Amino acid sequence: MSKNATKKVEAALEAGNESTPKDWGRIRDDLTKQAGTKGLIDVAYEIHESPFGPLVVSATKAGLVRVALSVENEGAVLEDLAQRISGRILKTDRPQITKARVQLDQYFEGKRKKFRLKLDWQLVHGFQREVLAATKEIPYGATRSYTDMAVEAGSPKAVRAAGSALATNPLPIVVPCHRVLKSDGRVGSYLGGSSMKKELLEMERAGVSA
Amino acid sequence: MKPFEYIVEIHGPAVFRYLSGRVGPDRAEDCFQETMLAALRGYDEVREPKAVKSWLFTIATRKSIDAYRQAGREPTPDGSVEGSPDRSGLANPGAGDIWSLVGELPGKQAMAVELRYRAGLTHREVGQVMEISESAARRNVFEGLKSLREGAGSWT
Repeated sequence: MSKNATKKVEAALEAGNESTPKDWGRIRDDLTKQAGTKGLIDVAYEIHESPFGPLVVSATKAGLVRVALSVENEGAVLEDLAQRISGRILKTDRPQITKARVQLDQYFEGKRKKFRLKLDWQLVHGFQREVLAATKEIPYGATRSYTDMAVEAGSPKAVRAAGSALATNPLPIVVPCHRVLKSDGRVGSYLGGSSMKKELLEMERAGVSA
Repeated sequence: MKPFEYIVEIHGPAVFRYLSGRVGPDRAEDCFQETMLAALRGYDEVREPKAVKSWLFTIATRKSIDAYRQAGREPTPDGSVEGSPDRSGLANPGAGDIWSLVGELPGKQAMAVELRYRAGLTHREVGQVMEISESAARRNVFEGLKSLREGAGSWT
């Protein structure tokens, strides 16, 4: 058969294939709903708009498992969760996520001083777990040094390790690693940028003195 | 591995179009939901990210055969289905009735053409879904196109 005629047939077969099926949004929502009802979603996530850009807020059945700041690439964050927890990840609100989003909004408005959320610590092991558990208890408006955190985690000499434990905190803001500063009082680095860290600390200081 | 959300995003529309062609628009939605839920259930057992597409269409093909069985139409031993599904509600802008001609092709050719052009699979992937070699898949697509071209008078 001639090449041209074949091309014509192929073009006719391919026509319309790029269009999104009718009702696609609803069909997709139905799928997510059914997957949830059948307990097939291991990790649920939502993109939450915050004053510091969109956050990826994700939860397992056990609780909040990962909050990613806007500097982190959404795709990379989700692929990492797929690798470390499960690929059965869908974008949907579940009570754990709704609750976290409400509390995050309140926090950014200066109206919430403590997060009351169930946390899933499965991404955190060993020494990092010790450091972050201690970090979680730093009160609103207060700060600690990396050395303090190493001491509290039970390894006073592991200051550098405490620093890297904080730098890879999977639950920033909720586990307030921004409250940990350098020993000389300088702000130090933050995944979301040191200006974000400064702003959070200023907001908290204002909230405490008010 | 990609999060399943992205699998739905990337491949979902093609799975839906493929199933619309296989089982007709009325049953496509149920069949699609069953396919994607089965895929989600087994997703963590897929080890090779590149194999996801043909794996997904293998499930879709199986579900479309199930849908025919439930409707009391027995598939032929090669997995294809007697008679052509109702494609009347399908929108194929500019394609005339070419897809109704596809439904009249011999089972294997119809399936190969649907997998190649509605689902957008490579010949290799068509072969994986149909459990035949890549060259056999290519031959089925070619024979299908040839018949369609010969019947072109009725749709151009």
